[in-house]
Amino acid sequence: MTTKRATLLILAAIVIVSPFFFPSNYYYRVGSLIFVNALAVTGIVILTGYAGQVSLGHAGFAGIGGYACALAPVHLGLHPGLAALFGAALSGGVAWLVGRPILRLRGYYLAVASLGLGILVAMVLANEAWLTRGPDGIEVPDLGLNDALEAIGIDIRNTQFWYFFSGLVMVVGAWIALNLHDSPTGRALRALHGSEIAARVVGIDVARLKLRAFVISAVYASLAGSLLALQNKFITPDVAGFMHSIEMVTMAVLGGAGSVLGAFLGAAILTTLPQVLTVFQEYEQILLGLVMMLVMIFMREGLLPSLARRVRGREK
Amino acid sequence: MSELMQFLMSGVTVGAVYALVALGFTIIYNASDVVNFAQGEFVMLGGMITTFAHLAGLPLPLAALIAIAATAAVGVALDKLAIEPARGAPVVSLIIITIGASIFIRGVAQLVFDKQLHRFPAFTGDAPIALLGATILPQSLWMLAGAIAVFIGLWAFFTRTLTGRAVLATSNNRLAAQLVGINVKWVMTLSFALSAAIGALAGVLATPVTNTSYDIGIALALKGFAAAMLGGMGNPKGALVGGILLGLIEALTAGYVSSVYKDAAAFVVILVVLFAMPQGLFGSKTTDRV
Repeated sequence: MTTKRATLLILAAIVIVSPFFFPSNYYYRVGSLIFVNALAVTGIVILTGYAGQVSLGHAGFAGIGGYACALAPVHLGLHPGLAALFGAALSGGVAWLVGRPILRLRGYYLAVASLGLGILVAMVLANEAWLTRGPDGIEVPDLGLNDALEAIGIDIRNTQFWYFFSGLVMVVGAWIALNLHDSPTGRALRALHGSEIAARVVGIDVARLKLRAFVISAVYASLAGSLLALQNKFITPDVAGFMHSIEMVTMAVLGGAGSVLGAFLGAAILTTLPQVLTVFQEYEQILLGLVMMLVMIFMREGLLPSLARRVRGREK
Repeated sequence: MSELMQFLMSGVTVGAVYALVALGFTIIYNASDVVNFAQGEFVMLGGMITTFAHLAGLPLPLAALIAIAATAAVGVALDKLAIEPARGAPVVSLIIITIGASIFIRGVAQLVFDKQLHRFPAFTGDAPIALLGATILPQSLWMLAGAIAVFIGLWAFFTRTLTGRAVLATSNNRLAAQLVGINVKWVMTLSFALSAAIGALAGVLATPVTNTSYDIGIALALKGFAAAMLGGMGNPKGALVGGILLGLIEALTAGYVSSVYKDAAAFVVILVVLFAMPQGLFGSKTTDRV
């Protein structure tokens, strides 16, 4: 069985089988948060794992996606579902505009510029109170899918609906990312990750491909932000905050930035941790910082690929 | 007119801080090609440690010295514990390590100190000095003098001393430097200590004017980087001029456009520089070694 099919089966199985072990409704909520984070982190896998670029401002795109769902239905009369797509298009557009000059260059420029972009988006969301109602947040209209299901006779609790819906979107996101991995674009991305000069020599348009990866990953983050806003029916500028960007990068790095399943693992660990450890809040920054440094020094590929290699090594 | 003069003076003042952050960036970047995202945390540590040492009853100059020494030690620890073990790692890993260090340091600062805004008294009083139809704080003059003194000191260090030339040689070609007997590991450690000390000095000079708190680091790192890029990455003269220019741009934005969005100036500067002149004002065109 190919890695691709195995990954998709494992993810689908996790979504479907886990609820049998849930003692209460609260677990659906945590599960759905994990799926939303895993979706955003899958975007980071494409950007960092495939293309070797770091973004320190991806939460900005989550903010755009989330606020699109809050604002577009009210001001543009869009259906909340369409508003999510509108937000994704907007995020992709912003990523394209900002990424175009930056990705001609190598190395750390994207990290710095995206850091600035993320801070700017959070600043706009918090300060333009006439539109976004400022730091206290704004309510988000109902997606309406749950009611539609009820109308055709499928009665499902709201938390359960969002659990399965987020799970579905995550699996589709993983499927697209895995397809991309094996496509000519994906191969070219991984080639330029190895050596940009070598990739250029064999005729790869390095700047355009990096830009494509950046735009795609921005769309992932935006959709994750929309999903979060729609299921919470509320959103605050914190979603676009710097620490949220750092969380995304840490999740990807911890699980294994090159692997879609690793993205899920990283998201699962760092989403569950604060729920289990109540003191986590106080130590969050210390822990995230430590994880980033330790993983990069001692197992650069991340948890899952390192474990997989060890297991494979033993079989031989 | 006096309004413009006032904006220019406050711009030069904050610009001096950005210049110091950018100089710190430049030293580490030159010695190791590492872009240190934790540079802003050094500034934060300088201000916070001085504040708390002063609160504990130490005289201000002693508190400042302790803060600079302690921050230099943090810089050495960063090099020895996080950068050196990852030698040869790709740029992506180094970015993640230094941003991890930055988050870690700020998390520790939040626990050890607190989440409040802090300041300590200015070195020579708070009576504004009238100058060219505007006023300037005595502390602002200290900040400017500090930035210029550090710049001259670095220039002398890099051109007049053997150690300084060893750092330059290492940045030019690590292997060749090693071959002529330069201890490149020591050069790296020295660069981190120096860079951290300069960052801490910036914090000590600026805190009476700008205040400090545990979370100021990342914005300062962003601005220091913008300043370094504007001047030309890796060029000390560029860092100084870029820092002052960025401060001016920010002050004029705050004065004539919007004080809320003055922080966006750094980001816009980065984009414009990348669009129009990726080498910056004083940078030289780089080529890649294959």
